[in-house]
Amino acid sequence: MNHQRRDALKAAGGLGVFGLLAAIGFIRPELAHAARNEAAFSAKSLDAVVAALGATTPAESGGILISAPDIAEDGAAVPVGVLSTLPGTDQIVIMVEKNLNMVAASFVIASGTMADVQTSIKMGQTSNVLAMVRADGKYFVAKREVRVTLGGCGG
Amino acid sequence: MTNPTRIRAIAKDGITEVRMRMSHDMETGQRRSASGELIPAHFITSVTVRHKDRVVLAAEFSTSVSANPSLAFRFEGGAKGDELSVSWVDNRGGGRSDTVQIA
Repeated sequence: MNHQRRDALKAAGGLGVFGLLAAIGFIRPELAHAARNEAAFSAKSLDAVVAALGATTPAESGGILISAPDIAEDGAAVPVGVLSTLPGTDQIVIMVEKNLNMVAASFVIASGTMADVQTSIKMGQTSNVLAMVRADGKYFVAKREVRVTLGGCGG
Repeated sequence: MTNPTRIRAIAKDGITEVRMRMSHDMETGQRRSASGELIPAHFITSVTVRHKDRVVLAAEFSTSVSANPSLAFRFEGGAKGDELSVSWVDNRGGGRSDTVQIA
């Protein structure tokens, strides 16, 4: 009897501490709602990414412009920019076809933010860089080959 | 133990251009140390950029983003002196937040 009561007290005490930490901001809201789509980030093919995102099969679109060097001497930092001219673009996903996991980065574009992002990515070898965009609830994709002379994923 | 994100935000003609560089190893988890042991993955998983309190860009990264990630984008609005903050978290629960005033 006593044991049970103590266990119950412990459990309640534990919850209390968690709640207190959350309340004083020790547990950041960013962590609390970190609903990362792990399936998308571990996908090995465009089909798998599409499935993980619950997306429709993306149509190839000339309205997505990928800026990247034709030849990258250093695969460790390849500058890539994606600009979508498709109205209602609210998501941009940058993928590297031949990397171990395809998805490099995914961006949620708030209203009022231009569908135009630039970052730099690692490429293990010469590969297509893909940009998938959600615009007005539909998905579109474009690709561009980047030749890599020195890979950026190994040791 | 993290270094500040270097942020530049410039407002011009109603549009704010934001450029930043975060300081992070972005370790892939595939590299081996000199002694042959795998170096565990350590990378930024998400980045949130806020103008005042409004999220203008949210990003999720994999290990395929370069070390010391750079990020550039533009948004409508923003005025000189407004606060712009960049916060990131990594896969080990690390994180930081930096704020600048739009120039």
